[in-house]
Parts: sequence; structure tokens; C-alpha cells
Amino acid sequence: MTMDNDINPTSVDPEANATDATGAATERSAFQRLMTVTVGPIVAAFLLSAIILLLVGINPLTYYGYILERSLFSGLGLEQTATRMAPLLFLCASLIIAFRAGIWNLGTDGQFLLGAVVAAATAPLLVGVLPGWAVLLVGFALAAIVGAIWSIIPALLKAYQGVNEIITTLMMSFLGVLLASTLVKLAFRDPATTVPQTRTLPVEDRLPRLFDTTISSGLVWGLVAVLLVHLMMTRTSFGLRLRMVGANPAAATHAGLSVPLLTLATFGLSAGFAGLSGASEILGVAGNVRANWNPAYGLMVIPLVFLARFHGVGAIVLVFFYSALLIGSESAARRLGVPQDFTLVLVASLLICLGLGEYIDHHKRKKER
Amino acid sequence: MDGLLTEAFLSSLFTGAIVAALPMLLAGLGEQMSEKAGVLNIGIEGMMLMGAYMGFLVAFKTDSLWLGFLGGILGGVLVAIAMAVLCVRLGLNQIVIGIGLTLGAEGLTALLHHFQFSRSYPRLPAPERLNIPGLTDLPVIGPSLFGRHLIVYIALLVVVILALLYRRTNLGMTLRAAGESPAALDVAGGNVLGVRVFAVLFTGAMAGLGGAYLANIGAGLFVPFMTGGAGFIGIVLAMLARGRPFWVLIGSLIFGAALSLTTALQVAGSNIPTDVIQMLPFAAVMLVLVLFGRRAKLPSALGAAYERGAR
Amino acid sequence: MSVALATETPTNLSPQKGAGVIGVHGVTKRFPGVIAVNNVSLTIHPGEVHVLLGENGAGKSTLVGILAGLQEPDEGYLSLKGQKTRLASPSASLDAGISTVFQHSMLVPTLTVLENLTLGAPWHERPPRVAIAARMEELKRDFALSLPLDAITGELSLGQQQQIEIARALLRDSKVLILDEATSMLTPQGAEELGARMQKLVQSGLAVIFITHKLAEAYRFGNRISVLKQGALAGEMGPEELKGMSEDQAIDEIVRLMFGREAGATSIEHRTSTARAETVLKVADLSTQGDSNVMGLENISLELKTGEILGVAGIDGNGQKQLAEALAGQRALTGGRVELDGEDISRASVAQRRRNGLRYLTDDRLSEGSVGAFPISENTVLKDIGQPPFWVNGIERPQRIAQHARDLIKKFSVRTPGETTPIGRLSGGNIQKVLLGRELSGEARVVVFNKPTYGLDLQNIDASRQRIAEIAGNGLGVMLISTDLDELMALSDRIAVMEGGRIRGIVENDGTGEALRLRIGRMMAGEEEHKQATA
Repeated sequence: MTMDNDINPTSVDPEANATDATGAATERSAFQRLMTVTVGPIVAAFLLSAIILLLVGINPLTYYGYILERSLFSGLGLEQTATRMAPLLFLCASLIIAFRAGIWNLGTDGQFLLGAVVAAATAPLLVGVLPGWAVLLVGFALAAIVGAIWSIIPALLKAYQGVNEIITTLMMSFLGVLLASTLVKLAFRDPATTVPQTRTLPVEDRLPRLFDTTISSGLVWGLVAVLLVHLMMTRTSFGLRLRMVGANPAAATHAGLSVPLLTLATFGLSAGFAGLSGASEILGVAGNVRANWNPAYGLMVIPLVFLARFHGVGAIVLVFFYSALLIGSESAARRLGVPQDFTLVLVASLLICLGLGEYIDHHKRKKER
Repeated sequence: MDGLLTEAFLSSLFTGAIVAALPMLLAGLGEQMSEKAGVLNIGIEGMMLMGAYMGFLVAFKTDSLWLGFLGGILGGVLVAIAMAVLCVRLGLNQIVIGIGLTLGAEGLTALLHHFQFSRSYPRLPAPERLNIPGLTDLPVIGPSLFGRHLIVYIALLVVVILALLYRRTNLGMTLRAAGESPAALDVAGGNVLGVRVFAVLFTGAMAGLGGAYLANIGAGLFVPFMTGGAGFIGIVLAMLARGRPFWVLIGSLIFGAALSLTTALQVAGSNIPTDVIQMLPFAAVMLVLVLFGRRAKLPSALGAAYERGAR
Repeated sequence: MSVALATETPTNLSPQKGAGVIGVHGVTKRFPGVIAVNNVSLTIHPGEVHVLLGENGAGKSTLVGILAGLQEPDEGYLSLKGQKTRLASPSASLDAGISTVFQHSMLVPTLTVLENLTLGAPWHERPPRVAIAARMEELKRDFALSLPLDAITGELSLGQQQQIEIARALLRDSKVLILDEATSMLTPQGAEELGARMQKLVQSGLAVIFITHKLAEAYRFGNRISVLKQGALAGEMGPEELKGMSEDQAIDEIVRLMFGREAGATSIEHRTSTARAETVLKVADLSTQGDSNVMGLENISLELKTGEILGVAGIDGNGQKQLAEALAGQRALTGGRVELDGEDISRASVAQRRRNGLRYLTDDRLSEGSVGAFPISENTVLKDIGQPPFWVNGIERPQRIAQHARDLIKKFSVRTPGETTPIGRLSGGNIQKVLLGRELSGEARVVVFNKPTYGLDLQNIDASRQRIAEIAGNGLGVMLISTDLDELMALSDRIAVMEGGRIRGIVENDGTGEALRLRIGRMMAGEEEHKQATA
């Protein structure tokens, strides 16, 4: 079956895949473009979500104000925000690779959870057997491997049979989430607790905190991951190959690249980073996995990556604000009685508004030429 | 594990299969029309969920299951209108908007449910079942196949009607043209955008109806996120059915049976955890995709927005 | 069948001045950066084959688009039988009695012929099979259109598909039939048949608008010729005028209108051969696998000398592109051998063949040859990713790439703001220059060109042909795949003709003109040439 190029992630904004160092002169100033394509959609999304809040009887100003205060204007809140960034940053790394290479990896939730479960199951058992840093290293490594393995079937189906990865990764995600829960309840269960969960990794064995704060050093690793991925995609030959496959697979074949192999590599790397994301959450913050736990960060990071137009630094900035939103809304769920499901509404608004932003930008550019 | 072939087991197996299959069947039929016309409708899960919520809400407030079904259709169509305007009319990226609509429906219905029902968690009364004299009394298959709510048989009728429409009228040809070569259809005087909008709205109606069935008859209540991937499975069914509504029916029954098998086993006394039960349909889907994925024939213009005379 | 020249055939309806079926009045259409149609006025009369003639980019396609209802003019208006009218959509155009057969097939390949004939009908109706079958019988009688109603459209030949589109127009009782570059997919004989059919159609009262860039066809098939140049009407030659001219006189006049100079200056002279004795490329019994979309190759054998230009003629879709891909390493061989400078490269990768000197310039400039969103600089090294000096240990050296690109831009006179411009913004001709520069960089030994001048304006076509001749003059071997027989006959030393995935014959280009053209035409239709000129 033929994969039409237009359902490729790079078709949302084709020029995002060009080397960012080009400085290609556009008729409208870069500032105007930024407003239309990034800032405008964000503002519009918040407005749209505010309307929804009004619909259910909540004052949006109160809500947004509370979130800001709770997450950014308090010392503890800021630290929590910074800590929460870690898994989101790894997921950004994962999606930047996938989207730039033209692959819709919608299975990151399953890859995330399985990575988390594997890290949670093995780390406590290795404490004392291996030095501290090795325990963490093994945990991360296993998580990346398991995440990558979980994407093999969709990868092979896409690379060699042309089966649409949107559906296969989604199905594997559902499967992975359920499998993770089963593993927690049956295979990796901590016998000592009544609530089904894995053995807990003691706090002193988790990722060290930064300086005197409560911020997990997972943040640093997350930043490194995103920056490394960004550099790889924009400055290395491997990155250019992936970007070519994403931008024009026919040209990639014409140039002698092996599109199937590069596709497999893309899946493996992207899913691996998703696994690392899960591990960072366990080894850095939670210490264990409870049954039926699923923060479902995977799909929520998608609009952030698009709004940042696949740029590493842009993604980091957006992740910071999104983390703040998550921390704030968790607290708001308890204090204001607005369930955290509201963040889904906000993410949906972001997706729709960024789509509209691209449309407006595209049409303005057409008019000018 | 004795009693495997008892009436209770088999009856519950068949009943469960049909009840589980119906939402997927409706979603699949809807998605099939969208895909024929060239629209990849990822938002179908959101349409189904909105249909479940609206269906439940209306049925609860009016005490009428049939009005509830209408409410479900309306819910699905509302989301479909957004999809039609944004993706077909404006030409925005179908995947991004589809994910957005699904997440939005999930969040919105969860929010609304929280503020309306989270304290009371009301249930609907058990649905009225059909009673065809003679048929319903057959052992084992009687009550399960012939004793269902009327909506099930209406759904089967839809399968037949669609099959006839696709084969005998110009509808099938027009849809296929919109999906394969929209430019050819446009130039021949056909209305590409109109056909696609119609297809998307039809998908919304079907998915919404399926969601309403899931909530009102399958479960008797609404739980946030209750569709659990059934809409996406509808996409798989549409992909593999190669344009024939009949194959959507067969596929949905197979997946429904997978889901129902483990429930029935539980009834028969075996001890399988719920998570594994829920895994089965997805595992079955992956197996089918691995075996038959290559044969799925999708229209060439799937996913691409149509713009007349685009340079 | 004997060819009846248009100018000699009497028509039943004598065209009256001023009462044309369609009027184009001062129509102007602009696109970003270009005026595609500039204040054009003309009249389409029933009973005439009205030729719209112009080179690529002259505005013909845009005008067709306006008449077909795909776009609307920015200024000016259309009229139907004297009444001002608006054609805002293809439906409006069809309702006005205008049917258009576009250059690229507007049929749905997976539908049957019957379904394609009824495409666009209201969805709740059933295809009126009996009625259509009856009318098709009539059409068969009158216009020799014979079509199997239940065949899958995609499986029919291109010529038959064109007949479906013509039949569809007739079934709708169209008054005007527009044929856009309709002969580009046909053999010379097929083109003659189409010409005859057009005459039959206008004799029965239709008006036919025939768009082409081929001067000879304009004279042979047309009753009236309107010459378009850069979007404006450069001149018109009516039936009376044409009747009084010979073909050569008419072509001279047309050329004068199009370029303001004598034909001699642009007629393509036969190139003197620069072939040497040494064989640079040898292909023996090459075969590839075909499938439902793509022709398989069977036992292709040929040799290419250094300094030689070997033309490959044939109707599009008979395996030429697959041959190029097989030579370049993009397509796996199921049998046979390819040798470059004596070395067997049948198993070498695309990159290896490229390094050894085999270069391939694809016809799909933007969809295969380059990545439109990437800057020119990256596109110049697209086939050398990872190679020093542009990459060292996998890390990119942007300065070196940029300098390389700037050198290329200068050497090949590419018109662009800079090397950072996304290549998709350039015109077709300039993209071609970048690709050519890329393929010639380093040590090239053989260059395979696939339709290098397709879609370019005349200036670029001339420049490209000169370059190709130069390349051969410098001692490289050139394989020139083209659907333009004039081009092949002007440039090639020898011409191989492909049909159905095989080579039907290889002939010396001995400058015998018409006779050679007929021989090649027969081979393009599948006849084998028993006298093969092998090296």
C-alpha cells in the first residue's frame, strides 16, 4: 500500500526540516513568523481552553493564576517543575528524531511504561551488587533496550511492508500499557506491600539531587538528551540521512540511502529514548511503579515538538512551561477541584491552534510570492 | 476448567462477542467510508467517546434509550464537524487534528463527567431485549444471537445497505474517485470536498452511535476514557476490509470474540486477570496486521488535503 | 492510413466571424511572481481545430485551466455564444459544453471504463449501462472509438485512456473539446490518428482546441493557429492564411511570431559525432523484475563509447526510467551484467557506482532528484552524504559545503539569491542546472539523462542541449533518454528504441530525417528492427 507523503510529520511544516543554520531570507520577518506559528497558537489555545473552563463553571483567571503561582512563583513549585521536565525532555528527544525522519511514533506511552517497569524491576535488585552509578546505568540501558524492542514490530511492518505506523504504534501502545500493568501486578510485584507495585528503590539509590535543591539530576540528563539529539539531527551525516528520509524518501533512495534500514534505526532510537524517559521518572523520582499508573505524557509532548518546529532549544523552553502547567494542575485538582483531565483539553487546543497557525502562515507566504 | 461447553459459557461467549463487536463494527463502517474518500480519520476515537458521553447523558435525562442513541449520533457528528471544517475544508494536517480532537474529547468528556456525575455515578436500567418467538428460544445461540437489543439488528441492516450502496450506485465510485484521484473527480464535475465532508460526518454518526451503544447497553453507564481504543480498532478494520462492509463485520466479530473469550473463561471459573483480558483484542489486531498488513489497500490520496489547481 | 492535412479538408460548417462558440476577452491571470496570461483575446469557432501554440511557460496551460473552470481570470472575461459568462468550477465549464482532456490523465485508474465515463454523476444514481453501451456503439461508428466497458482503466494503454477521455466528452454532448498536449504520449503514427480524429470531430460540428508546443503538428492538425509568447498573444493565423502556405512557410511564420527571427537560427542542427573507440559502458542481457506499477526489463544489451551520445527513444512508460534506475544501482537486476570501464558493477551500490563515475540525472527533479525544502548547498552534496571533505567523522563541515555550492552556482550560472535558498523556490531550469552541476562534479565518466529538457523554456532547452553536447565532447559517455524525437535526432550518434521493457532496435543516426523517424516510430509501437546497428 502506498504511503502518501502528506501524512508525514514533516508535511506539517516542511521548512522545519531544513538546516536551522541557513537563515534563509523570508519575506515576512522572522518575528512575524514566530508569532503566527508559535506564540499565536499558544495564546489562542489558552483562550480556547479558558472558554471550556467557563463552560464547566470555573473562573479561568483563578485557575490560570493558581497554576502560575503554584508552579513558578514558589520555590518548591519551581523545583518540582524543574524535576518534572526530565521525562518530558527525553520524550521530546524521542519525538524530534521520529518526526524529523518522517515517522509518527505514537506508541511512546507503551514504550515509556515498559521502560519504567523494567528499570523499576531491576534496579532494587542490583543495589549492593553493583556500585550506585552502575545500578542507575543498567536501569537506563535496559529501559532503552526494552523500549526499542517494543517498537520492532511496527518498525519492520513499516520498513518492509509499508504498513502505516500510526495504527501499529497506537496498538502497541495500548498493548504495552496493559502489559506493564500486568507485569507490575504479577511478575515484578513487591511482596511486602498490599497495594500492587514494584519494589521501591530507596531514595539514596536514586538519581542524585542537584546541589541543595529537590531537583532530580534527571533534568540534566534530559537536557543533554535533547541537545544531543538536536545536534545529531542538524550537524551529522546520520542526522541528514534521517532528515532526507523524512523530507523525501524517493530522493533518499535516489541518493543511495537505504530507507528501510534508516527507518528501523529511527524507530529504535525514538523508542529507546521513550524508554529512557520512563526510567528517568522511576530512577529519579518515583522509585517504583504502581499498578495502573500511566501519566500518558507521550501524546501530550507532540504539540510542544511541533510548536518548537523540531528545534531543541525551543522544545526545552516549551517543556519548561508545560511542566509548570502539569505541576500546577495537579495541585489545582486537589485544591480547586478541577480534574487534571483539563490538561488534555489544553493539549488538544494547542494541536488545533498550531494546525491553524501553520495554515495562516502558509497562506500568507503564498500571497507574498 | 470444566463446564467449558456448557450453555452458560457458550451463551456468554456469543453474547459478549456481539456486544463487544458492535461499537467496533460501527466505527469500522464509518471509518471505511472516510478512508474510501481519502480522509484518514484519527479523531474517530474522540467521536466515539463524545457519542458515549452524549448518548449516556441524553438517555439518562430522558429515560429513553432511543433518544440516547440519537444523542450519541449527535455527539459524534459534532466532533466530525470540527474534523470536516479543519481538515477537509481548510486542509489542515489530518493526523495532528485527529489526535487533537481525540485528546480534546477525552479531556472534555472527563471534565464534564466529573462535574456532573462523579459523585452520583448513575447507571441506566437494563436494556430491553428483542424476543423473536421461535428464534430466541433456540438453545445457546437463541438468546445471544436473537435476543439482543434492536439496535444490533439495525447495525446489521446498515452493513447490508452500505454494501448495496457501494456496489450498485454511483456512491461507491464517487467515494473511490475522491480517495484515489480527487483531481480526476473534480475535473469531471464531481464535488470532492462535498463527498469528503459527507464521509467524515457519516463516520462521526456511526462512531457516535457505537459509543452510545457502548455506554448505554454495553456498560450501562459512562466512565471517562471508556472507549479504550475501540475507535482505533475501527481504523484497523477499515484498513483491512478492502472496501467491503461485510469484512468489517467479520473483523469486528473476530475481535469481539477475542475480548469476549477471556470474559467467558472467567465466567467458567478460570482466573485470568482483567489486564490480560483487555490485552487480547490488541494482540489479535497486531497479529492480523502482521499477517495481512501488506494486503491492506489504501487509496492513493489518503491523508492528503485536496486543493483545486494546487501548484 | 493516409494523412489528410487539416488545411485541405472542407468542413460542413463554415466558421462565421464573430459568432464563435467561446470568446476569450482580455483575460489576464497572475500568479505570485509571474503574469501567466497577459491580456489574451481570441475566439473559438465551431468546425475548426484551433491550435494554441507556444513553448513551455508561455501560458497555454493556464489558459486551459481558465477554460476548464479550474481558475478564474483576474481581469477580462469569457463569453459563451456571445453572452458574458463565468466558469467558476469544472462543473460550470462542463455545463457550458466544454470538455477538457488534460496532459496528465484525469481518470481514476482503479475504476472501470464505464465508471470513468460516468464519473461526476450524482451519487444516488446507478450507472446507465445500457444507454452508455448504445451510445458507445454510435461513437465507434462515427469516430472509431472502441473501448471495453468493464476493463480496469489503469490496465489499458495510454492511447486507449486518452480515447476514454474523448469518449466522455462526446457522451456529454460537449460542444468544445480541449486537448492539452495530447500527442506527448503517442507514437508518430498515433499522433496522426489523433489528428484525423480531430478533423472528424470538427466536421460533425464540434470545436476542438489543440494545445501543443510542436510546430509541425500545429500546421498539420490545425485550421487556425494562435501563437502564445510569454503569456500574450503573439499572433494568429487563420484558415485562409494557412491554406495558402506550405508546411515550411507556415513554420517559418510561426517561428517569426514566437521568436522574431528566422527558423534557421533555431532549427536544431545535427550534431557532429565526437565518439571515440573506447567502450565506457557495457550492458549485457540486463533484466529486472516488473510489477503492476512498473515495467520489467528483458535482456537489454547495449554499448556506449566515450564521447558518444546514445539516445534512448520510446513512449513514456516502456521501461526507460527502469533502465536508468538499473544502471544507477537503484533497481536490482534479476539477470545480466553492467560494466563500467571494463569493471563489473552489477552488484555495486548507488554510492559506489557514483564514485566510479556513473551519474544519473533523473527526470523528477523535485520529487526525486532533490529535496525542495533543503537549501541548494545541501542539495549539491545530497548524493555524497558522509563523504570527506564535506563530512569529517560524521560531523558536517557547513563552510566547505557552502563554498562548494557557491562554486557550482557560478560555474553553471544558476540564478538564485544565494546557496541557502531552499531549492524548491528555484525555477525548473535552475533546479536542473544545480542537479547537472551535482552530477558532473568529481570524476564523471558516464551520465545518464532522463528527459533533461522536459518542462523547460526554450532558452534553457537550448542551453541544456549545448551542455549535453559539450559533455560528450569532453570525452564522457552520454545516455540520453527522451520522449522528444527531434531532440534525439539532433543530438544522438545512435538511437536505441525501447518498447515493452525491451530494446527493439538500435539505429545509426544518419540524418535521413523522415525515413529514420518512421523506422523509429514503428519500433516504438513494438515492431522489431532486424537490422541492428551494434557497435
